[in-house]
Amino acid sequence: MGRCGRGSITLRCVAMAGIGATACNQIFALVDVNNFYVSCERVFNPALENQPVVVLSNNDGCAVARSNQVKALGIKMGTPWFKFKDLAKEHNIIVLSSNYTLYGDMSDRVMTILRGYSPNVEIYSIDESFLSLNGMSSLWPATVDMGQSIRYRVRKWTGLPVCVGIGPSKTLAKLANHLAKTRPEMEGVCDLVSMPQAELDAYLSTTEVGEVWGVGRRIGAHLDAAGIKTAKALRDAPLSWLRAKFGVVMERTGNELRGTSCLALEEIAAPRKQIVSSRSFGQLVHTLAVLSESVTSYMTSAAEKLRRQRSVCEAVQVFIATNPFREQDAQYSNSITVPLPNPSCDTRLLVRAALFGLKKIYRPGLAYKKAGVMLTGIGDAAVIQRSLLVQHGVGEKSEKLMEVMDALNRRFGRNTIAIASAGTNRAWRMRRECMSPCYTTSWNDVPIVHAR
Amino acid sequence: MPTIIPFIPRSTSTALPRLQPAATAPVVFRLPLLQHRISAGFPSPADEYIEKSLDLNTYLVRNKTATFFFRVIGDSMTGANIHDGDMLVVDRSIEPKHRHIVLAVINNEYTVKRLYHQDGVIELHAENAAYPPIRFGEHDELQVWGVVVGAVSRFAV
Repeated sequence: MGRCGRGSITLRCVAMAGIGATACNQIFALVDVNNFYVSCERVFNPALENQPVVVLSNNDGCAVARSNQVKALGIKMGTPWFKFKDLAKEHNIIVLSSNYTLYGDMSDRVMTILRGYSPNVEIYSIDESFLSLNGMSSLWPATVDMGQSIRYRVRKWTGLPVCVGIGPSKTLAKLANHLAKTRPEMEGVCDLVSMPQAELDAYLSTTEVGEVWGVGRRIGAHLDAAGIKTAKALRDAPLSWLRAKFGVVMERTGNELRGTSCLALEEIAAPRKQIVSSRSFGQLVHTLAVLSESVTSYMTSAAEKLRRQRSVCEAVQVFIATNPFREQDAQYSNSITVPLPNPSCDTRLLVRAALFGLKKIYRPGLAYKKAGVMLTGIGDAAVIQRSLLVQHGVGEKSEKLMEVMDALNRRFGRNTIAIASAGTNRAWRMRRECMSPCYTTSWNDVPIVHAR
Repeated sequence: MPTIIPFIPRSTSTALPRLQPAATAPVVFRLPLLQHRISAGFPSPADEYIEKSLDLNTYLVRNKTATFFFRVIGDSMTGANIHDGDMLVVDRSIEPKHRHIVLAVINNEYTVKRLYHQDGVIELHAENAAYPPIRFGEHDELQVWGVVVGAVSRFAV
């Protein structure tokens, strides 16, 4: 078990008093899957174990997940594929396209396990969740034991390795997770709540300020210039000074580091105020016809998201762009916002508006790399203002049609029915040359087991 | 309310605490348990007795979160009624024991075999005389991926 746990009750309270007087009622855990995408691939392909593996972003653009072996070679997150192609060959790095269907399913499994540990879970990203551990002390007298149990169960049930960070605020839980991941002596679990003050100070003073949650690269540089180089220095900086110099957000971070929880668990994601659907094309696109197909397809998925959160939008924005990295090509990018006659979530109306906008901004003779749509003026579908004028894409008929369309696409797979202008050719689709099978979501892709 | 079971430290036992998984609602094909005509005028006397329909998931899957499917290639397990082309239901949350049918990783491949684990001897047995058992020495490591809890066949019709 971790060395920082097993503290007696008295020790815990001493540590709590040290960390902040008002902190006694909050405990958060951050559970994070190590090298998530790579780990998912390894669960179903044992040949990847102990090998250097990289997962590339959409269109095989850049590195979005790296195994430890690849990290050790110095390939950074976000490095473009063409920049480490040679290095990959030299070190036999296994390169995979991202398989978000697989990652999504594995993520759901992890989150389901975590909900067995706490009734209050915030899914922070595809591979990270915050848990509230308030009131758990009778079930788990030593929080580290709970952390180890989570680690063991997620690994056993899903095959994925996780680290657990525990702290009296979300910022400290996140920092604890970083320590759990980078210090082998922690055995994957770090509990800052029960850690003695001296030990805590020692860890914080060896943690760079840039590792603190909410400190970006730019603010990190400013802090560094102001003499604040470590997490400990940031914690001990006067709050009023932080506020005056860096604003209220940094003051909050200072409070969080002192153990005063300022950020609550967000269990229910607020409906999004903006929905974007855009992507780079697998190959350059020249004609309005092909651009129209892609814009229709993006709008279809954006409208689906809009309906899923039971919203309507007031306007749609379309944008197109050439490839800025191809300096030999003529460059152009433009966007246009098309207001709707009335708020709606009807795919047909939204696509019509988007294609209308696309025609306005399209210039022939150029090589386009990217297109996308954005929905704005998003509001609740239940509070649409009725009008005396003729309404488009609202009402019972539209609602029913969209409901049936969504249900069919959910049941029989994406694009079972779509707007005809989405086309069927899709030469512009994403490039995913080395994608693994959808092991857990498609009967045709389930892994093979040999009986021999 | 989720059920939380205390954690048993690894040093004393590797057994997992038995946790009742949260109810899940997979999209399934429903087979009505009772079929009856709709009578005009009089309600069916069976209406009161209709219970929930049967779902093969509840029969085959104990722990959805830890369950994965694999397709079988080969005939080494025919004695255990596992045939070429069958779909295996594999549960990772079950602790492998002597006589369990397990999915093991051998030479970077998934293999299905019966686990023989008694008196300090660990072996993987086929259920077909044509295939010899695989023995594990003192320093070998057997990697069990999961325990096979069911097999499903589909017949051509």
